[in-house]
Amino acid sequence: MVQFRFARFTLRFYVIIALTADPAMRYSALSLFLNGLFGNKAWRPAWRQPEPKPHYDVVIVGGGGHGLATAYYLSKVYGITNVAVLEKGYLGSGNIGRNTTIIRSNYLLPGNNPFYEFSMKLWEGLEQDFNFNAMVSQRGVLNLIHSDGQRDAYMRRGNTMRLHGVDAELLDRDTVRAMLPFFNYDDARFPIKGGLLQPRGGTVRHDAVAWGYARGADMRGVDIIQHCEVTGIRMENGRAVGVETSRGFIGCDRLALAAAGNSSQVAAMAGLKLPIESHVLQAFVSEGIKPFIDNVVTFGAGHFYVSQSDKGGLVFGGDIDGYNSYAQRGNLATVEHVIEAGKALIPALSRIRVLRSWGGIMDMSMDGSPIIDKVHLDNLYLNSGWCYGGFKATPASGYCFAHLIARDEPHPTARQMRLDRFRRGYVIDEKGQGAQPNLH
Amino acid sequence: MASLIPCPHCGTRPKEEFSIKGAALKRPQPDAGEDVWYDYVYLRDNPRGPYEEYWHHVSGCRRWLVVSRDTASHEVLACRDASGMTGDAR
Repeated sequence: MVQFRFARFTLRFYVIIALTADPAMRYSALSLFLNGLFGNKAWRPAWRQPEPKPHYDVVIVGGGGHGLATAYYLSKVYGITNVAVLEKGYLGSGNIGRNTTIIRSNYLLPGNNPFYEFSMKLWEGLEQDFNFNAMVSQRGVLNLIHSDGQRDAYMRRGNTMRLHGVDAELLDRDTVRAMLPFFNYDDARFPIKGGLLQPRGGTVRHDAVAWGYARGADMRGVDIIQHCEVTGIRMENGRAVGVETSRGFIGCDRLALAAAGNSSQVAAMAGLKLPIESHVLQAFVSEGIKPFIDNVVTFGAGHFYVSQSDKGGLVFGGDIDGYNSYAQRGNLATVEHVIEAGKALIPALSRIRVLRSWGGIMDMSMDGSPIIDKVHLDNLYLNSGWCYGGFKATPASGYCFAHLIARDEPHPTARQMRLDRFRRGYVIDEKGQGAQPNLH
Repeated sequence: MASLIPCPHCGTRPKEEFSIKGAALKRPQPDAGEDVWYDYVYLRDNPRGPYEEYWHHVSGCRRWLVVSRDTASHEVLACRDASGMTGDAR
């Protein structure tokens, strides 16, 4: 007995030494087990709460998914660790915690497709890369087909994806029906005639993406400063020398803006007017139900998309409300519209209660595609215009933005995402709607 | 978003009767030059606060209107006919 107690004491001693000595505090099944053995006392916070330093090599404005991913790849891939991420709210309070968690790379245009496929490849290795369980679930993204014309359009999209090396499968009606038996296949106006499936698409736990990137950046020395609002950009001789914040002036060698829906406000501090409008997009989650929808499904005849979370709630959304807004809430007409579209596709939806709805502010660009570019000052970099597709782009956006900041040249997959493409006439307009953000 | 829009022609009407175009900008003259046109087509002030938009009263008088609205509070501040917006280049 005495011997056993002694052994246990020794073991505890070694485990605590091992856990606290591990500078990376690597998460693993073993660390979970060992921590659990001894009352979970050795865990440390996933990131620090540092005071801002007077000066950094790079200051990133915006601690959302893209800002945190940028800091992560700057520190991990490009070796720039003297970095601050400034977030006006708390980490994960913006769009990274407000989206419908969908990842896909089913884009048509050459300016978009390689970038989103790069993002998909980063998603596929992300959890191992940043050592955090982000619940990446490649359950497939299925775009439903309701007419012969739509089949032709999706066939073209699928073939384009395959030419770019992206997976795409055209499914017939019976295959779709076997996958999703509870949908309305015989709607008189919008019968389901098949679907375009990207099997590698799926969902990721959105909060965990922010947390994983934050932890990974923090452990490499990046300061993540929450509740620090940028109120001005100090410029001298054509350079941004730092930012005025609610926590004082913070100097920098290079300034990177990743402020999503607030991009226009932040850019205006540097005298820059952007091809961006801020719009509200709503999303919804239902009460938890038994397994019902295995994939991510989009309705081809109305703006509605749905997936089922691991907790059982149906997560769904529709179109943007259609007017400029900075309020993180939408209006009832859009709620009604989304639920009508959902009910047309899935009649059983009428028996399910919606638990919550929320809104996020989208930086809608004039062609529906993003901007990752160096702008009018020598050391000012802009990451913006993600419309309602920013979540899936998070890893590639961070990677390409970090590349641009570190090397001063665009990443090969983001070469067309230039700010001056609007002036030069090289817009990347996936939907062909023209300069009308509320239609993208 | 406020639910009611004070249309100058039809009186107070529910916003579902309207279709929203976007920023109420004055269209430049054809020969205004590339910079002016680039600004008009692509660049937006995108303010947080009062903002003027073109709204079309599709299910009412079918007039184009200029609605002043706060983009943060969604309050509708004013609504007037858009006829005054034609003419001048900036």
